[in-house]
Amino acid sequence: MPEPLLQLDAVQTHIGPYHILHGVSFGMPAGSLTMLLGRNGAGKTTTLRTIMGLWHASSGSIRFDGRDITTSATPDIARAGIAYVPESMGIFTDLSVRENIVLAARSGPVDSARLDWMLGLFPALKRFWNLPAGNLSGGQKQMLAIARAIAEPRRLLLVDEPTKGLAPVMVRSMIEAFKALKAAGETILLVEQNFYAASALGDNVLVMDDGRIVHSGPMSDLVADQALQQRLLGLSLDAHQ
Amino acid sequence: MSDMAADTSTVTELPRTRTDWAPLALVPALALVALPFVGEPSTWVTLTVAGLAMGMMIFLMASGLTLVFGLMDIINFGHGVFISLGAYATLLVLGPLASWAQADSVGLNLALLLLCILAAMAVTGVVGAVFERVIVRPVYGSHLKQILVTMGGLIVAEQAIHAIWGASPIPIPLPGTLRGAFVLGDIVMERYRVFAVVVGLAVFIAMQLLLNRTRIGLLIRAGVENPEMVEALGYRIRRLFVSVFVAGSALAGLGGVMWAFYRQTLTAGMGMEVMVLVFIVIIVGGLGSVGGCFVGSILVALVANYVGFVAPKLALISNILVMALVLIWRPQGLFPVARR
Repeated sequence: MPEPLLQLDAVQTHIGPYHILHGVSFGMPAGSLTMLLGRNGAGKTTTLRTIMGLWHASSGSIRFDGRDITTSATPDIARAGIAYVPESMGIFTDLSVRENIVLAARSGPVDSARLDWMLGLFPALKRFWNLPAGNLSGGQKQMLAIARAIAEPRRLLLVDEPTKGLAPVMVRSMIEAFKALKAAGETILLVEQNFYAASALGDNVLVMDDGRIVHSGPMSDLVADQALQQRLLGLSLDAHQ
Repeated sequence: MSDMAADTSTVTELPRTRTDWAPLALVPALALVALPFVGEPSTWVTLTVAGLAMGMMIFLMASGLTLVFGLMDIINFGHGVFISLGAYATLLVLGPLASWAQADSVGLNLALLLLCILAAMAVTGVVGAVFERVIVRPVYGSHLKQILVTMGGLIVAEQAIHAIWGASPIPIPLPGTLRGAFVLGDIVMERYRVFAVVVGLAVFIAMQLLLNRTRIGLLIRAGVENPEMVEALGYRIRRLFVSVFVAGSALAGLGGVMWAFYRQTLTAGMGMEVMVLVFIVIIVGGLGSVGGCFVGSILVALVANYVGFVAPKLALISNILVMALVLIWRPQGLFPVARR
């Protein structure tokens, strides 16, 4: 069996005096879209930030593509091929949409075919190409944040709550965009509170609570089992739709 | 596709966002308002050119500090030492090449100035790198410690200047070409002040081109707003921090040279003496904004000149008054920089 693209083993993270992650372990095969679910404060964002090196694990190990990145610096992790879209989106509002994309293409000019593909996924960005990103709406900023993450080929995308606060029509656009990314073979770890969106996208699902993974398996199993949804998430897909 | 990937035929161009003209309009508005108070147009032109020259020298001294504060969130009270050090570095050139200042040759005079500027920027750049590593780096994230430790660094550096060059003021000669004035009818414009305007404008344009037309400029602007995200994109922000600190120190050195030839006297405390003015202009302009620093410098200098002529007793408080009025109008300064 091939080694997972990303493997976390017993990862613990402290932020100042707070113990946030209590031994998180999971693996992600290449080409999969894994949803990371859980209530607020369960440790989802901390997990992404720990993988990205923005907070360092106090123990445990994180391996990416066979390489130990547990103590690597954030720029090295990014250069290894991991892109991160934070919950705040991290858009540079003083820079234009174009400049945000140019900056994300670290290795040089954006390939024109790739740019066309990105703008095909997020056509709204074309209209605002030369305007400051600060002028964009919340949904458009989210599109830009994801476009920036795929401005050049990456091995893994870490995306934190991309549908948070978006209007339903924008959520549907976002789901379509992620479906297209998935079809293009991208490996994605997606934190999501919206179970409807999560169930429409995920190959696999991880559920966190109190800094631990409390469930992992195929998304289809969780979607089919309302009792499990109730127990893990306190909701059911039917209620969410 | 080019680096500035925008020029793709698939992209529908829209007009760029509106420029914020209000702060820019302040400068000509101020100059026009001052005209009837000053009275004589020739005097007004002389005062305006002198104010612009002073503004450019303040800009040269302050631009590095605003970049350092904007990108690194460092309050560097030691910035003044780079101004003094830059001024004293001219002695490294003026010592062996003193005759060039007296030579009846524009080329030699300007070459001497250029060498002084290069020497000052080299010295302050190197000292800036050491200052960042030894003094600033241990106190990232703590403003109180930054103020204390950079003040301490300033005192030590000033004493080091005394130890190396002595405590007495040192006169320096202004190259012959830049002595005297251009006289146009009743209008008198000192040559050195016109030269300072040219140098200040050239540096401002160069900084704008660097910040807006290059990848390193994009990185600096992005880093000012969200350094964590810059790292998450794969850039080593620490290296950028050091580079900007060195560049900011070198710019202060350049400002120090211009300031030194303006005063024609060197003192170890000359940098510290202008720091209040420097802090005022970076606050007025908007912390981290080079454009704001430029406009703020001109505004403060023009007000000081006009008020000094019209109501000398108010000259001392004119800078503070400008700052207070600007902050009442725009609490984040003329050109606020978006931050995290």
